[in-house]
Amino acid sequence: MLQQDNSEREVMLNVEHLNMHFTTKKRGRVNTVKAVDDVNFQVYKGETFGLVGESGCGKTTTGRCLIRLYNPTSGKIELEGVDIMGKMTSEKRKYITDRAAMIFQDPIDSLNPRMTVAEIIGEGLKVRGIKDQKVVDEKIYDILDKVGLTKEHATRYPHEFSGGQRQRIGIARALVINPKLVIADEPVSALDVSVQAQVINLLNDLKDEMGLTILFIAHNLSVVKYFSDRLGVMYKGKLVEVSYASDIYERPIHPYTKSLLSAIPEPNPLKEKRRVRHAYDPTMHDYTKEQPSMVEIYPGHFVYASPSEIDRVLNGGEI
Amino acid sequence: MDNNDLVLKAENLRVSFRTLTGKVQAVRGVSLELHKGETIAIVGESGSGKSVTVKTIMGILTKNAIIEEGSIMYEGQDLTKMDEANFHEIRGKKIGLIFQDPLSSLNPLMTIGRQISEVLTIGKGMDKESAKARALELMGQVGIPDPEVRYNQYPFQFSGGMRQRIVIAIALANDPDVLICDEPTTALDVTVQAMILELINKIKAERNISVIFITHDLGVVANMADRVYVMYAGKIVEYGTTNDIFFDPRHPYTWALLGSMPDMETEGRLAAIPGTPPNMLTPPVGDAFAARNEYALAIDLKYQPPFFKVSDTHYAATWLLHPLAPKVPVPEGLQKRIERMLREEAEYNASAGQ
Repeated sequence: MLQQDNSEREVMLNVEHLNMHFTTKKRGRVNTVKAVDDVNFQVYKGETFGLVGESGCGKTTTGRCLIRLYNPTSGKIELEGVDIMGKMTSEKRKYITDRAAMIFQDPIDSLNPRMTVAEIIGEGLKVRGIKDQKVVDEKIYDILDKVGLTKEHATRYPHEFSGGQRQRIGIARALVINPKLVIADEPVSALDVSVQAQVINLLNDLKDEMGLTILFIAHNLSVVKYFSDRLGVMYKGKLVEVSYASDIYERPIHPYTKSLLSAIPEPNPLKEKRRVRHAYDPTMHDYTKEQPSMVEIYPGHFVYASPSEIDRVLNGGEI
Repeated sequence: MDNNDLVLKAENLRVSFRTLTGKVQAVRGVSLELHKGETIAIVGESGSGKSVTVKTIMGILTKNAIIEEGSIMYEGQDLTKMDEANFHEIRGKKIGLIFQDPLSSLNPLMTIGRQISEVLTIGKGMDKESAKARALELMGQVGIPDPEVRYNQYPFQFSGGMRQRIVIAIALANDPDVLICDEPTTALDVTVQAMILELINKIKAERNISVIFITHDLGVVANMADRVYVMYAGKIVEYGTTNDIFFDPRHPYTWALLGSMPDMETEGRLAAIPGTPPNMLTPPVGDAFAARNEYALAIDLKYQPPFFKVSDTHYAATWLLHPLAPKVPVPEGLQKRIERMLREEAEYNASAGQ
């Protein structure tokens, strides 16, 4: 993808200083986990933004905060220019759910086994007050066709489908309300390799057809790189690097990104035989004197680092 | 490769499962060879029979399984005909096994130390003191920091990667000749996966053991394997050295598998495989992949293809290799990737030579 000037693009989602802290009390001792810690990024209209990181890094929590499935501790989230933080009112909920939908990882757990496919997909329409069964049915058949299923599938139950087909049902459910933003949380990682490609192609087609903006959360970097225009790398609740997908791959700056890139096995035996893995040691940063922050080091390329680290990179060195 | 260093040889193995709805033919005539000090990878999607194949080798099939035909020769004995008492001398001692999920293969109520030393006291008849010393040594070898402290901890106190290291230590306690790894890194993060793969490679080199590695991740295959067996619907469809499979694939399923996985350079549409694998209750009469194969010939629907020889190390079961079959080139996207890989290699060699 061409690297365009971001300042002129329309922002779909604006996230500033997002914090999601979970507090547990054990024998009177309060323990706080900073699952999402001061995360800033923007998702532009019509793009696919990938969020990668290891399990437990907070990528799923971030995704869920964005459509208020969790109540973020602090920060600012703007969906199409409207602040969606604060007390959840019914107007606000309607505003969010009209615009954003979610696709989940596990196609078995995320579908109610006692509902037929038509009921699962139609629920979102019913909630929106569409009472005319004819209109509902038409929309259901239309979306089933779009995701590569048929009318006949509508009366069946989830257990009658294979994993890939179930994920198609999950996609249909998310898209039937015509959302603008889709948050896809590991939509292919539970699927077989041969089926993964089908679902990725389907998401790509639907994105073009319906003009979707997608936030794609995954741990498989080669899939994310293939699917996303821009991507963000998360490590322990912090977003450490954001840039164009190809840029991150060709010019990683943060040592964690380098470590992640060096760990991905590629289907190339000759390259694999001489793979050198870089380990990431978070204690290498000296943040006692100066605080790190998200800095735009090159146009569109953000990295979480301290001023002296930035200086070093700009002078041809490393963090 | 001569036959003197042959460690394990499975021939025409057929395994079925009795179920309420009928007989599921999980493995349909699998033959494979494992030589001393080599790593073979078995790749395929879920349901292709790769796990059942190694479970048969380990003799840990469920009760409703029937070994219908075939043999697994190991040290002059046929493992498929061995009784349970004799199998004890092989399972875990000569052939070690690492499962996918390290949490469910460890006992949550037992300390890590006891789980490792138990193998030594029961299996090797060591006394408690020397078993503990050896267990600590093993923990060090698999990269557990502070083994003395960790020895008395429980599985829940370990991270996923550390648990998998413990499972590897247990598998190594009896000095096996063969290590079977059934998707050992699928549940782990990429950075942890890289470390575990390095560990398995290091152990393999140090001890000169043979490894059977099961995975569906072709990146992992490229990293680990010397030779590759590609499985589909209970059959091996292609096998050869890792370079044979990645640079000169011949079976349409191998093409599809390689083409459907994006690598870091992939652009344009992914070559998805249409449809889903066949139901193994009633496997197709002809080539099982024919229904999903855009290059399928009429004969594919009627007769199962035999293995055609590509080279001394490389065989593929597809009618496309028959002398009378139309010549079908490797799909364009895959061909480009192969050319790119070769170009990169040439560039690397040129720069390394300077």
